[in-house]
Amino acid sequence: MKKIWIALPLTIFALSACVTINIYFPAAAAEKAADMIIDEVWKNQKPAQSIPNQTQPAVKETK
Amino acid sequence: MNALIRFFVAMVAMAAALNVFAAADLEVNTPGINAIKQSMQVRHGQLAAHYSSGAVGLTADGMVALRDVGSVPMAQRQAVNALVAAENNDRSALYAEIANANGHPEWQAEIRSTFAQRWIQRAQPGWWVQSGGAWKQK
Repeated sequence: MKKIWIALPLTIFALSACVTINIYFPAAAAEKAADMIIDEVWKNQKPAQSIPNQTQPAVKETK
Repeated sequence: MNALIRFFVAMVAMAAALNVFAAADLEVNTPGINAIKQSMQVRHGQLAAHYSSGAVGLTADGMVALRDVGSVPMAQRQAVNALVAAENNDRSALYAEIANANGHPEWQAEIRSTFAQRWIQRAQPGWWVQSGGAWKQK
């Protein structure tokens, strides 16, 4: 019975390790990375909207 | 018994923290990526004017393309063509480098399409971008 207290955390740890391999494309991280690189390549450009929104904001920010 | 439960909770918390850490960022700080970035940054100084004039536009697949040859003086056409070709070389290399740097060469296409969206989203007003197969001015 005692063994379960060792086996259970280990199982969870092993399972979570599988997740960290990132089989799925990390879209949010890629977007962040893209923005960082675009920032540097287009340096002297005013920053645009940070996250792509399908719908444009109704009220435009004043400069 | 209490100690065991605490140990168990700590393990779960640690595992969760590891996941968050691993998912947080893509590696984009390698010598290869930095070199490409640098070269693109220098080239942007020359390309920016062509984006504004509409001669060159941003494509839906994360590249640049000569959109309106007519707006480029004959004498400059070759230079613009060379700029576009060099920029596209760098862009392809950049997407591949990022995929490789993160140990997933198969992510290249998704990285490209992420960049394509962001380039277009962040293009300056007046620049031409491709959307749904047609050119549109931002």
